[in-house]
Amino acid sequence: MSMIKNLWKKRRDSVIAFGIVIVAYIAIQIMSMTGSLSYSMKGMLVPICAYIVMAVSLNLTVGILGELSLGHAGFMSVGAFTGIVVTTLLANIVPWDGLRLAIAMVVAAAAAAVVGVIVGVPVLRLSGDYLAIVTLAACEIIKSLVNVLYVGLDGKGLHISLIEQSFALEEGGKMIINGPIGVSGIDKISTFTAGCVLILVTLFVILNLINSRHGRAIMAVRDNKIAADSIGISTTRYKLLAFVISAAFAGMAGTLYAMNYSTVTAAKFDFNLSILVLVFVVLGGLGNIWGSVIAAALLTVLPELLRALNFSDYRMLIYAILLIALMLFNNSALKQRLLERKRAQKSAKTEGEVA
Amino acid sequence: MALLEVRDLGISFGGLRAVDEVNIQIEKGALVGLIGPNGAGKTTVFNMLTGVYRPTDGAIRLDGENVVGKKPYEINKMGIARTFQNIRLFGRLSVLDNVMLGFHNDVTYSLPTSLSHLGSYRKKEKQMQAKAMEILKVFDLDGQCDYKAANLPYGKQRKLEIARALATEPKLLLLDEPAAGMNPNETAELMQTIEVVRKQFDVTVLLIEHDMKLVSGICEYLYVLNFGRLLAEGTPSAVLSDPEVITAYLGD
Ligand SMILES: Nc1ncnc2c1ncn2[C@@H]1O[C@H](COP(=O)(O)OP(=O)(O)OP(=O)(O)O)[C@@H](O)[C@H]1O
Ligand SMILES: [Mg+2]
Repeated sequence: MSMIKNLWKKRRDSVIAFGIVIVAYIAIQIMSMTGSLSYSMKGMLVPICAYIVMAVSLNLTVGILGELSLGHAGFMSVGAFTGIVVTTLLANIVPWDGLRLAIAMVVAAAAAAVVGVIVGVPVLRLSGDYLAIVTLAACEIIKSLVNVLYVGLDGKGLHISLIEQSFALEEGGKMIINGPIGVSGIDKISTFTAGCVLILVTLFVILNLINSRHGRAIMAVRDNKIAADSIGISTTRYKLLAFVISAAFAGMAGTLYAMNYSTVTAAKFDFNLSILVLVFVVLGGLGNIWGSVIAAALLTVLPELLRALNFSDYRMLIYAILLIALMLFNNSALKQRLLERKRAQKSAKTEGEVA
Repeated sequence: MALLEVRDLGISFGGLRAVDEVNIQIEKGALVGLIGPNGAGKTTVFNMLTGVYRPTDGAIRLDGENVVGKKPYEINKMGIARTFQNIRLFGRLSVLDNVMLGFHNDVTYSLPTSLSHLGSYRKKEKQMQAKAMEILKVFDLDGQCDYKAANLPYGKQRKLEIARALATEPKLLLLDEPAAGMNPNETAELMQTIEVVRKQFDVTVLLIEHDMKLVSGICEYLYVLNFGRLLAEGTPSAVLSDPEVITAYLGD
C-alpha cells in the first residue's frame, strides 16, 4: 500500500515542479510583452534555456553516473553545427520554423549521441581524474575539427571537406560552415517558447530515467561498480547509456543555442563553457536535477541583474562572492541541519498517516 | 553431476601463489563452509568463482558450464551471486532500491519505457517492488525499506547484501564472512536465517567463516584452506578433530 502511494506521491511532486516551470514561462512571456524586460535580458532567454538543458544533461553524467566530464561543450558543438546544416537543408522544404527547429534538434541529438558513443567507448574504460582529462581532450579535438570544417550547399547537393575548402560552389551556392570563420547569416529560429519546450522534454525524460530500472542501474554503477557487476548489471553498458543520453541532450541544447545567433564559431564551445556548465551542476547539487535548473538560470541572470541594479563596477566581484557563499552553504552544517529538520518533519507526517 | 565443480584452481599475483591446486565439489542444495586462517586465500577463491579475478590455472564449472573467462555480470546471470567481506551496498540508494536492483534482469522493460514511463512501467515496477518487499520481510528489513542503505546499522547492512544477492535468484550463493562484526546473538539469528533462506529459495550455499565453531553448527561439509592450499575437507566433526587443522589455527 505505502509503496503504491509512493509512486503517486512521486508523480504529484513532479507535476507540481513542471507546473512551476510553465508558470515561470508564462510570467516571463507576459513581462516580455508588457515591455518590463530589458533588451539584454530578453536576449538571454534562449541561452538560459540552453544552459539549463546543458546543466541537467551534464548532471546525468556527473551526479547520477558519478563520472566527472569536462567536455560537455563538445557535444553541444556537434549539436549546434549539425542543427545549422539541417535547418539550412530544410529551409525550403519545411516552411514552419518550429517544426524545422524540432527536426534539426532530433538530428542533432542523434549526431551528438553517435559522437558520444565514439568518445564514450574508449573513455569510459577509465574513471576518475583520467576520465575527466580525456573528456576535456575530446572536447578540444571536436573544437579543432569543427574549426577546419567546410560545408557548402549548391545545386549538386552538400559538399564537405576538412582542413581546407576542397570544393568550389556553383553559382547561387552557399557556404554553410566556413572553417575558423564559422557560420554567419543563421536563420534565428530559436525562441523562448522552443527553449521552454526543450527544457520540459529534457526534464521529463531524465527524471523518468532516474526513476526506472535503467536509471537505478546507472546509480548502482555510481555507488559500487563491483557490487553492480555482481548482481548481473554490466557496468560498461550502463556507463555508456548515461553518457550517450547526456550527450544527446547537449546536442539539442547546441541547436537551440546556435539558432539564436546570427553567427557562431567553433571557439564558442570550449573548455570554459564546459566548466561553466559544471559549475551550475555542482552548485545546484550533484544528482539534484531541479537544483541544476535553478543554478543555471540564476547564475546566468545574476550578472545581468547586478548590472541593472547599478552594481556594474562590482558585479563580477559580487558574483564571485555569491558563488563562494553558495559553495560554502552547500557543504555547511547549516544545510545539513535544514535537511535533517525537513526529513524529520516528513517522517513525522508519514507516521501520522499510519496511525 | 555436482552443481559446482572446481578443479586444480590456482592464481598467482606476481610471485605470490595465493591459491594453488584447490578442488571443490558442491552438490545441489548443500550448505558448505570454506574456512581457514587470515590470508589463506578464501576471498580470492570467491573472486575467481565470480569472475573478479581470472584464475591462472584450473577449471570452474557451474552445472557443467564453464565459468572461467566470463565477466562478473555474466557469471551472475549464469547463477552465482555473492556478498562481500567488506560490505558493498549501493549506499546512496534506498534499501528497497538495493533489492529491486537484484531483480534487474528478472523483471524487465525497455529503455523507451524507462524514458517515457508509458506501457508496462507501472505494472513492472509494482511487480518488482512486491518481489523485493517479500525478500526484505524474510530478513526483517521491510520496516526500513525507505532508509538509505548507508544509514542502516552494520548488522542490517550485511543482511541487506544477502537479500540483494538472493534477489538475483541464484543457484549458488557465496557468503563471505556474513557474521563478521556481529555480536553472538545476531550471529545465531543470522545462521538461522541462512538455514531458512536456503530451503525457501532452494539455493545452494558456500560460506566463508573465520570462526570454525560457528560454521560447524550449520554446515554439512567443510573445506579448510591454509596458505592457498586445501588442508582438509570433510564433515565438520571430522575436520575439527583433524590435528593438522588444529595446528594451522593455533599456529597462526
Ligand atoms: N589483488 C591482489 N593482489 C595481490 N595479492 C593479493 C590480491 N588479492 C589477494 N592477495 C593475497 O592473497 C592472499 C589471500 O588473500 P585473501 O583475501 O583471499 O585471504 P582470506 O582467506 O580471505 O583472508 P581473510 O580471512 O583475512 O579475509 C593474501 O596474501 C593476499 O595478500
Ligand atoms: Mg577474506
